[in-house]
Amino acid sequence: MKHFDPTFKKDTEKEFPLREEMRPRTVETPDGQTIEIEPLKDYFCEAPPKVHPKAYSKIVEDFYNWARAESLWILGFGTGCGAIEMRPLMTPRFDAYRWGIQWRPTPRQSNLLMISGYLSIKTLKRAIRAYEQMQQPKYVVGLGSCTINGGMYWDSYNTIKRLDDYLPVDMYIAGCMPRPEALLAGFVALKKIIKAGKAEGANLYAENFAQYKANQKAVIKDWDMPDYSW
Amino acid sequence: MSFEWIQIAWALLTLFIVINYGLIMTAVIQKIGARVGGRYGIPVWQNYIDLIKNFSLRSKIHHGVMFYLGPVFRLTGGIGLLLFVPTIYGSVMHQNFSYSGDLILALYFVFFGTLGMALGAGESGHPHAAIGVSRGLSQVTMAELPLALAVYSMTLQYGTLNITDIVAAQQGSIFNWTLFTNPLATTAAMIAFVGTMMRSPFDVVLAPQEIPIGPPTEYHSAYLALMQTNRVLYPIAKTVIFMNLFFGGATNWFEFAIKIFALYMVSVVVGVVHPRFRVEQSIGFFLKWGLPVGVLSILVV
Repeated sequence: MKHFDPTFKKDTEKEFPLREEMRPRTVETPDGQTIEIEPLKDYFCEAPPKVHPKAYSKIVEDFYNWARAESLWILGFGTGCGAIEMRPLMTPRFDAYRWGIQWRPTPRQSNLLMISGYLSIKTLKRAIRAYEQMQQPKYVVGLGSCTINGGMYWDSYNTIKRLDDYLPVDMYIAGCMPRPEALLAGFVALKKIIKAGKAEGANLYAENFAQYKANQKAVIKDWDMPDYSW
Repeated sequence: MSFEWIQIAWALLTLFIVINYGLIMTAVIQKIGARVGGRYGIPVWQNYIDLIKNFSLRSKIHHGVMFYLGPVFRLTGGIGLLLFVPTIYGSVMHQNFSYSGDLILALYFVFFGTLGMALGAGESGHPHAAIGVSRGLSQVTMAELPLALAVYSMTLQYGTLNITDIVAAQQGSIFNWTLFTNPLATTAAMIAFVGTMMRSPFDVVLAPQEIPIGPPTEYHSAYLALMQTNRVLYPIAKTVIFMNLFFGGATNWFEFAIKIFALYMVSVVVGVVHPRFRVEQSIGFFLKWGLPVGVLSILVV
């Protein structure tokens, strides 16, 4: 992760107003009361994430890590062209289910966020929210060269270059695009990392929360969401 | 009904066997589906790993008291359903807490889990959960209709509300099964059976591509693990009732395993050949086909 650097900020310093439905306001209820509403405070919990300790005993933690590695649930969220390389994994030719890899439709139940290719700033907002709603421990895999250094979008005005500046990445799968075989090899490598107890990205995110937020807010100019989405 | 303390131990043993059977059977059925599609599919022990994984997650969040109680109610529905009907007929160990009016209680427990889920999913605040639950409640209510009529017809036929007596009346020959002595009631009940197994064409409640997965959208870690346990237990408990009422019950675990698997496969086979109903279509289906058959079965008896 890059340490926050003020020159990293882009030249638009204009303040973006909050979306209308996010602004504090007074409303009249159907039964005639007048109440104050502040959506960011009332509808969301803004408490920062906590560092969650490992299990007390090493044997238990190893057992848990084995279970976590053998049951990887991927959030079905495709960002770039890599999303198309993930579909063949469900089909007879590659069949990732053999390795305990399954796709879940909701971030609450998934453990693995695949950033599949270039990430535009607009999509980064959604990726952050999806990541924050996942339960610990959670893993991020960057797919393709776009997530490593920007790839062919290096000088694009609205994509991010290094994914690791914004979310804690556990592993990259290089290529443009990596083929499904490369993805399978990547999953096997990720399992080794998890079983070794080295995939602690969620705790890293919690420890360096301020820095990650500063980096995220430096590129997302119209920040109109809570600082942390539970 | 006489009660002895050892019955609790036997009931827990039944529960243990059924949960393990369910975990393996659902994986085997997924594997059969995968092989039909030309894949290898998940390993047969995958369900165990998923359970351990979900219990081992470090963080949990909650949305209120009912959010906690939703999965608990659901699991209570599954366990209650299993424990108040005789799992193995004639066995002292697996007779469970069957008593003279258990058929009525079973009918109630079939509904109980869905109601608990409605409260829990409602409190999670996710719109997809609310949509899924409202669909689920209307569909289950409609599916209960032919089932209730079939049960009326059977109680008229056998003159009892005790499942053990109903199973006893079906022993001897395969032609003593309700399937042959009262085919109309069996047909009506099987329509309800297929309708409540959460499989296509009646899976609009979960609707994976439409309202991601409906009621459990917000459930995770240990909550989800409880619901997964119920997901393997509850369909089997329900199938046990249908097996007891219409297919002669089971006198040993081997017969149990074969009959449950065959009955479960009915809903699977129906599921793979029929596309998903919208909720008003499925309600229409129950009213159009389930209801007349149920009424007819009462009239015939």
